[in-house]
Amino acid sequence: MSATVNPPVVFTQNELGWVSWIDPLPEADLTERHFAGLVDRSRAKSEYFRLLVRDPEVLEARTKTDKDIFYNVADGLPRAERELAAAATSRYNGCIYCASVHARFASTYSKRRDDVQRLLDEGIKADLDERWNAVVKASVALAATPIAFGPDNIAELRSAGLDDAEIVDVINGASFFNWANRLMLSLGEPSK
Amino acid sequence: MSTQDIIDTLAGIEPGSALDAIRARRLQARENAQKSYLSLFEPIDAGDVSLTERAAVAAFVTGLHGESSVATFYRDKLAPNADGARLLEAIDAEIARGRTSGPYGSYPAGPLSIENTAGLIYRVSAASKSALGTRLAAALEHAHLLVFRPRDAAASDMKALLDAGWSTTGIVTFSQLVAFLSFQVRVVSGLRTLAAVNA
Repeated sequence: MSATVNPPVVFTQNELGWVSWIDPLPEADLTERHFAGLVDRSRAKSEYFRLLVRDPEVLEARTKTDKDIFYNVADGLPRAERELAAAATSRYNGCIYCASVHARFASTYSKRRDDVQRLLDEGIKADLDERWNAVVKASVALAATPIAFGPDNIAELRSAGLDDAEIVDVINGASFFNWANRLMLSLGEPSK
Repeated sequence: MSTQDIIDTLAGIEPGSALDAIRARRLQARENAQKSYLSLFEPIDAGDVSLTERAAVAAFVTGLHGESSVATFYRDKLAPNADGARLLEAIDAEIARGRTSGPYGSYPAGPLSIENTAGLIYRVSAASKSALGTRLAAALEHAHLLVFRPRDAAASDMKALLDAGWSTTGIVTFSQLVAFLSFQVRVVSGLRTLAAVNA
């Protein structure tokens, strides 16, 4: 749609753009109903959100679900590991755009940029450490269809030190990216 | 909200249980997963995607994930619609034809090409196509791609939906519906697994 698209061919922590394959709403056409759907008015600048805002009620609920799963760190799993679950899910599903955003967040919050990069370069079998391996493996098992997540995943997460509330954060974070990946992958494409 | 929480219902989470308390700590997520469900299945405007189409796609998508409380729930949602029985028969046949294991698919040509994995490129059968109609047949083919091989998606897939009579807004709602169900079925599965381990 827009200018020239230059698709990335590897997983990266660099910032990428995203170009829609179908028409987003023009910024000038947005009404208060649409702004309610965007939640943050600044998202009107994003082609992705101006596309999703064609169904404002779904976008609003999706956005608020997303924000609480990832940003509500009053308790539960540290933000870095929620982002790791998002990045691992995106790596496994093959969403280069989502993986770039959430790998960057995982690096920022964990200060383990090299380990995050190994997840991107080597894939979901990269040996990170016991705790991160358990989070990645659980996320991947949840992303498989049919779903492969089972009691072994919970045993591994517990043995790596996660309590049930933290395990629910892994389940929420990984599951949410099965939502996000499918939108990002199918409605447009990333561009360097 | 007066309606019972759908994820709690499908995951068998009882009020006052340990998992109920854990879910209450992410109240905004819990309430908005519910609002997502309601805005997809009880929308204020079903002009671009009919309620029957929503239920039909949901029965197909959740059925592709295997037998579960979630799949049963959406089959039961489709059945009472006008044409529900006929659609359900076609969708059951298509679930049986479409079941496979994912994710698979191809990456943009380059270093990731060695990770390309071949798999079923699902197309609706001729017999089901006449039962489902052009719009739903195109929707099922795209839904299968979204479930099993989302990284294969291309601009031409959007054109196929537009050519089958889907509006741009309808494509957004339909894509959200399939993507949301991909989330919902996993949260329910994960919570059920955790509850079973603790039982």
